[in-house]
Amino acid sequence: MSLLRMEEITKRFPGVVANDQVDLVLEEGEIHALLGENGSGKSTLMNMLYGIYRPDAGRILLRDKEVQFSSPTDAISAGIGMVHQHFMLVPTMTVTENVILGLKEQKGRWNPLLDTRGAEKRINALAEQYGLDIEPNARVWQLPVGAQQRVEILKSLYRNAEILVLDEPTAVLAPKEVEHLIEVLRNLARSGKSIIFISHKLNEVIQLADRVSVLRNGVLSGQVDVADATASQLAEMMVGRQVETPKKKPRKSGETILTTANLVVKDDRSLIAVDDLTFDLAKGEIFGVAGVDGNGQKELTEAIAGVRSIESGNLEISGLSKSRGKRFREIGHVTEDRHQTGVVLPFSLWENYALKVCGTPPYGNWLNMNTGVMQEQTRAAIDQFSIKATGPDVAMSTLSGGNQQKVVLARELALDPKLLLAAQPTRGLDVGAAEYVHERLLSARDSGMAIMLISTELEEVLALSDRIMVMYEGKSMGLVDASQASREMLGLMMAGVSLENIENGMSQ
Amino acid sequence: MSVGPDAIRTRAIKVAKSTSLSLTAIGLALLVSAVLILLAGFNPLIAYAALLKGAFGDSFAIGNTLARTTPLIFTGLAVAFAFRCNLLNIGAEGQLYAGALASVVVGIFVTGLPTPLHIMLAIAAGFAAGAMWGGLAGLMKSQRGINEIVSTIMLNFVAIFFVSYMVQGPIAEPPGFFHQTAQVATTARLPIIAPKSDLSIGILIAVGCAIFIAYLLWRTPFGLRLRTVGRSEGAARFAGIPVNRFMFGAMSISGGLAGLAGTVEIIGSQYRLLDFFSPGYGFDGIAVAFLGRSDPIGVIFAAFLFAALRIGANQMQRTTGLPTSLVLVIQGTVILFILGAGILQWYRQRQQEKGA
Repeated sequence: MSLLRMEEITKRFPGVVANDQVDLVLEEGEIHALLGENGSGKSTLMNMLYGIYRPDAGRILLRDKEVQFSSPTDAISAGIGMVHQHFMLVPTMTVTENVILGLKEQKGRWNPLLDTRGAEKRINALAEQYGLDIEPNARVWQLPVGAQQRVEILKSLYRNAEILVLDEPTAVLAPKEVEHLIEVLRNLARSGKSIIFISHKLNEVIQLADRVSVLRNGVLSGQVDVADATASQLAEMMVGRQVETPKKKPRKSGETILTTANLVVKDDRSLIAVDDLTFDLAKGEIFGVAGVDGNGQKELTEAIAGVRSIESGNLEISGLSKSRGKRFREIGHVTEDRHQTGVVLPFSLWENYALKVCGTPPYGNWLNMNTGVMQEQTRAAIDQFSIKATGPDVAMSTLSGGNQQKVVLARELALDPKLLLAAQPTRGLDVGAAEYVHERLLSARDSGMAIMLISTELEEVLALSDRIMVMYEGKSMGLVDASQASREMLGLMMAGVSLENIENGMSQ
Repeated sequence: MSVGPDAIRTRAIKVAKSTSLSLTAIGLALLVSAVLILLAGFNPLIAYAALLKGAFGDSFAIGNTLARTTPLIFTGLAVAFAFRCNLLNIGAEGQLYAGALASVVVGIFVTGLPTPLHIMLAIAAGFAAGAMWGGLAGLMKSQRGINEIVSTIMLNFVAIFFVSYMVQGPIAEPPGFFHQTAQVATTARLPIIAPKSDLSIGILIAVGCAIFIAYLLWRTPFGLRLRTVGRSEGAARFAGIPVNRFMFGAMSISGGLAGLAGTVEIIGSQYRLLDFFSPGYGFDGIAVAFLGRSDPIGVIFAAFLFAALRIGANQMQRTTGLPTSLVLVIQGTVILFILGAGILQWYRQRQQEKGA
């Protein structure tokens, strides 16, 4: 008897079949990975398990009994818990308050006061049982992301979940926190809980899962034991073809474009975010900036882009115009937070494309935009970047994340900038789209553009960069040639060990 | 060049959809109001007939309705324009008073100019004064982050009571019995198009202005940038758009448009400035902008509807004895229903996405 069987699940949305007769079997105590590119139907499938959607066809069996969930409440009471990618926590409340939110934890049948102490006791017991390191009285906003995730897991356990679904649980975590999470999940599995985790990262799946189901375009393309599979097999199942790591041509040397000396930049809270950075960046080079999120990369990028002021030190970009508008066209910027700063969602594609260039020939003059030209250019970009959109008039909000990113990249490259800042350019993109973005960045580099690549993905930084700087708490942990860098070494630097110390350690 | 046939089609469908939705909402609102009229002890059919006759019955009625439409187009445009930059200008009323004051000063005290020049000067003065009043709120917003809703509300009081002071003292018509100024010079008056009514060429200026604003918003780089600031401040900042300057600019232009409402009232129909002369055109402008979905062309129709309801209400009262205040109820119901229709549209869209 299997714990959970999903049989021939089909779900249609207007215009697409999100799930086409998908089967999924989950055993007790199993860690099961659901692997697939963005838009392959992983989340849809899990949303049906969690009662958010209802399947058009097929059935769900829990311990061989057919169940029908019409809301998450049903799913929760049947023992299914879900940890969303974006946490559903109230930041100003304590851990305990968040865990019991929505439950009737009163002191007695006739005593309507909240039984916080009782809840706390149970939370502590659960935390100890599964090795979840948590402080029940801490307020959620004070906790690091990894701990917030544990609160989410605890929430499900508190509601007696037998099956835990985690949606891309590692997307928001630092490498160290990922290790911790893996440990927690192993503990849970060992004590009989079953886990489904959604992912599009192969190495994680191999590292963590017992079995893996691979979805492609809403169809199950395979279910295998992880022990029997290789990474390239899984990748092929996922994208339907062989994935290649980008090949880099040797770098041509060019003149220096950007120089910083003892640069200090403050963040929004007026705390020092970039601390005494000195580096330079030349034409025809990809300069990688690695590091865990929130170590000053954002502030550094914004300072270079000209949207954040410099506290002290020097930041010079050669050959920039004096005029503000021109300067922004001379620096391309693929921003980190696409929705907040990269695109205007309700605008059409061509309006988004025109944000920076409108008003400059041949796109029109200050009094009149040449909408025809801008639409033509957008149409050309749609073809050239194989953006999935019917035309330049559709709203940006109707595009998937990967396609939105392609529009942004097309726009920034169209300016032929002196310097391109690419911050997390492939975050949230599926393998195919990410591969394409990488190719584009490399070809821009080969044609002599100076590129600064800011990324938390080690593989990406290693594969693309010519030189790599690792940032930790605003400081540089060292600057290495990509040919001499290794994963381990960069990982150590990301954890705050300076290059000097690593080299000393190695020589000893 | 310009927009492709597909775009025109999708836009036409969009306009048709929202128009039919608005008309349905208006119909439902009239139905509900009919019940209220019944409850008040009157015959709704007679009341509505009187209302229609009062608003459109003859050329005189239509002329009055259009005359009433004119200032509402300007204040509606003012609110809609600011809203496109994500600013809520509640101060159109005050800006209208500022515009009226400037125009009346130019109309009375500047003399010896040929007619077209005098008119243009009065218009320019009205726009400038309104722009200054709106710009003041814009300046506070962009420099110090002061909420424009609060500041524009407060500036309303300042403007209205300053005008009140001015017409009681400094620019009162001698000998000063009434709280009003003298009439503006005939050279400063807008030509009347429909004889015997208040309808001046102000209505043409208003419609022209709406078309110009539509062009400004959708065909110029300035408009695209302004709308970008309105929809995503972050994207605007990272595209190198000086967000603060655009906020200031949007509030100034918005104020200027509201100022023109005051101008056309003065040089188009009233010819003199009285204290508390506006029956709330500035506040109606908020509803007009909302009803017109912040679209300059939509604002024209919304303003016309509001004007028709108000003008028709007078006739309705005269014929049936129904209180004019009931018309305010009808207006409120219309707005509520339009709001409801908007929510319905949003809900349907969500259901579609959910696939339920």
